[in-house]
Amino acid sequence: MLPMHRLEGLAKLTGAERYLDDEPIPGCLWGMTVRSPVSRGRITAVKFDPAIDWSSFIVVDHRDIPGPNETYLIENDQPVLAAGCVRHVHEPVVLIAHEDRRLLRRAVAGVKVEVDPEPPVLDYRVPPRAEQVQRGSDNTIKSLRIAKGDVERALASAARVIEGEYQTGAQEHIYIEPNAMAAWVEGDVVVVRGSMQCPYYVLNALKHALGRDERRVRVIQAPTGGGFGGKEDYPSTLAMHAALLSLKAGGRPVKIVYDRDEDMAATTKRHPSRVRHTTGVDADGRLTAMKIDVLLDGGAYVTLSPVVLSRGIIHACGPYFCPNVLVEGRVVLSNSVPYGAFRGFGAPQTQFACERHMDRVAGAIGMDPVAFRKLNLLRDGQTTATGQTIGGISGGTDRVALLDRALKLGAWEERREEAAAFNLTHPYLRRGVGVSCVWHGAGFTGNGEVYLDSKVQVAGLADGRIEVRAASTEMGQGTSTVFAQIAAAAAGYDAGEIVVATPDTAVVPNSGPTVASRTVMVVGRLIEKACGELKQKLGTRGSGLGVGGLNGDSLRRAIVEWHARNPGREPAATATFEPPPGVKFDDERYVGDAYATYAWGACVAHVEVDLRTCAARVLDFASVQDIGRVINPVLAKGQVQGGVVQAIGWALLEECRFRDGAMVNNQLTNYIIPTADDVPPIEVEFVEVPYAHGGGGAKGVGELPMDGPAPAVLNAIADAMGREVGADPMTIPMTPERLMTLVEAAEGAHGV
Amino acid sequence: MACEDGRAMEVRLTLNGKPVRVEVDPRERLLDTLRYRLGLTGSKEGCGEGECGACTVLMDGVPANSCLVLTAQCRGRSVRTIESVDAKALGPMLASGATQCGACTPGVVMTALWVKENPGLRDSHTLRELMAGNLCRCTGYDGIIDGLHAWVESDARSGGAA
Repeated sequence: MLPMHRLEGLAKLTGAERYLDDEPIPGCLWGMTVRSPVSRGRITAVKFDPAIDWSSFIVVDHRDIPGPNETYLIENDQPVLAAGCVRHVHEPVVLIAHEDRRLLRRAVAGVKVEVDPEPPVLDYRVPPRAEQVQRGSDNTIKSLRIAKGDVERALASAARVIEGEYQTGAQEHIYIEPNAMAAWVEGDVVVVRGSMQCPYYVLNALKHALGRDERRVRVIQAPTGGGFGGKEDYPSTLAMHAALLSLKAGGRPVKIVYDRDEDMAATTKRHPSRVRHTTGVDADGRLTAMKIDVLLDGGAYVTLSPVVLSRGIIHACGPYFCPNVLVEGRVVLSNSVPYGAFRGFGAPQTQFACERHMDRVAGAIGMDPVAFRKLNLLRDGQTTATGQTIGGISGGTDRVALLDRALKLGAWEERREEAAAFNLTHPYLRRGVGVSCVWHGAGFTGNGEVYLDSKVQVAGLADGRIEVRAASTEMGQGTSTVFAQIAAAAAGYDAGEIVVATPDTAVVPNSGPTVASRTVMVVGRLIEKACGELKQKLGTRGSGLGVGGLNGDSLRRAIVEWHARNPGREPAATATFEPPPGVKFDDERYVGDAYATYAWGACVAHVEVDLRTCAARVLDFASVQDIGRVINPVLAKGQVQGGVVQAIGWALLEECRFRDGAMVNNQLTNYIIPTADDVPPIEVEFVEVPYAHGGGGAKGVGELPMDGPAPAVLNAIADAMGREVGADPMTIPMTPERLMTLVEAAEGAHGV
Repeated sequence: MACEDGRAMEVRLTLNGKPVRVEVDPRERLLDTLRYRLGLTGSKEGCGEGECGACTVLMDGVPANSCLVLTAQCRGRSVRTIESVDAKALGPMLASGATQCGACTPGVVMTALWVKENPGLRDSHTLRELMAGNLCRCTGYDGIIDGLHAWVESDARSGGAA
């Protein structure tokens, strides 16, 4: 396909794109949230400052919710507004609206939520005492298990057994546009418009809590300034809050726009993790047993944690073959803010552990980390931990060749030799190189895509153009542009003749959520199918051309003629998801084809550590991946580069600090994300192995870039530091403070 | 919007080349005056504390975080916002993938414009250093830096400021 610029690119570059808070809404009130001051307890009183004239404010609490006080998601355990008890600091309790934002801020400060505290769980790694148990017998939200072969027997007979424990911290999404949502009532319909990834998630949450059917609720996506998973489920909360305020205000529009500090403190983050590996290898260095224990902090409510755990454990063995595997995963409740979706969805955590561990295993048996990986990388015909045979539609990628290409792009050999020489002579700088190999299953896990039953509609417009109607949102990743390209290719049009409809639940069918790297692969494929059906419809009933004979000009003419014959109607076709043949997964036993296909990647990091400050800096970074066919090279490269930098931030800089369950560095002043000057150019190459069931031959691209960088960077730090001071970094973010502690411990152990 | 005691103050400034007079609360931020009083919503609020740069405007030709500037401080000064930038100049940024979600982009473009219009800056600083005041969470910065590089180069080739 021809290179194509982002459709809305110039509007964004000139500031003309109008996000929710850029659009004046006549008569609009501002809404704000009164939140819990403590991490757990019983609400004893909500007191309103008598010095404030409350008659001019709209005030909402849990008693104003028409339907169940539940956030509709997997388990519906999270209240819309706390009633009786609170489970985390910043949990929403009361909503207030007023037209003057300054008076509103003062009013919010004038509400005191009094709580009789109960013992919170503030460290998910420590088994709860009886008085801390809030769910089941031990706060477990979900346990999952994958078993293949006999891991204990294989460990007993292994030539070497190597253990390791790896930890990752919470990560904030830092979409640059904070959460923003408006609601109003039109006739009998509650309308919600705002920043979001998944309009139908918001619709379902509104239907449930407001006790309305879908004809009386409408959800429209506004241009969305970044999501990364942070706007997957959380916008449902803002939507319900804005709608409740609007309903209480007689249908007047109410807008809620979070300040950055509120957004950082109160909304979801990446799940913290602790992963333990026990690995057996034979005398040649082949993996014979992988026993992996995954523990995730779920935070105060279930939200999406069971699914994050699922994706995490399925990816926990990395892209390697091992005949005997036992992965046991558990996500537990704590009294932190609920953890939620974040780019990669559990897979970055478990693959950080795996890839750091692979280096340590190679080191322990005296093998080169690249040679060790090449020996163990999955070959077509071999099986994954769930027993899925890689091959057919999941195969075709030479993962060893892909790694070689990354090594070449990252100048592995040259930089390794240079680093060794450099480290011998430099007084305080140490350089190293690190590698990682990763995989990422695109689309929903197992039978998830079947349950989603996604639909896309395409319609011929009166002027002959084609409109694509899908619920998939543009949030910066390029949905609109790529959808236009895919439809244009399927219809024989120029992309400029394709209209991509704004996701509005009154207009577009449910194409599933905009998550899981599924948009181009799954929904893009539905666009192709729907275009094919439209052609067929018009071809058989219309122009006299045979089935599928219409294309480009003839299709355009057929659409215009159809409109002339059928005034007031439109020719349209809808496609519904069907799984690729032969893909089977047992949801109960976790056996079978966890994903229809996988994207594969390899990263090389070149890092420099300053021994005076213990700060690590990435000097060079190379990433090579097979994401199937690349539909738009500039957008795809941008996805990889952005994901790599977000992952470098997670690896080195980004630390959520908590005190008594509250995030205390909820500002961009002291929660540090990478600037342009903190990262090098990210070198990117693609290996294209087309996926027959993906839109335009594509697999997923959104999340894979988040998987590989953190372990590659930490492996490079270990390479830089290990041979001299023995520092063995196993936790991220590897901040200077944390690295200094490691260095000091190593020096102490060496008697320096 | 007035003071607590009802007083507003008059501020005259040059905005995007034209004289403008506004009556504001003395505590009002330039960003709010631009967005909510004058309807210039191209400048975004990403953090409200001068870290992210999404609200960057040029004050007398120099980048400033408009969330940290009081409108009252703009008296007699010249302010340029993203609304003054000609779309036709931004081709190199479009082609390089300098924008994804677009929320940081107006601020990025204003800083880039400052870099482009002051070639001397590039003698002492790298493009990455010059752009370090604008946080972007989508692009990983390559699209921005490559686009700015091409923008600056195209200028150099055509022999002067555009």
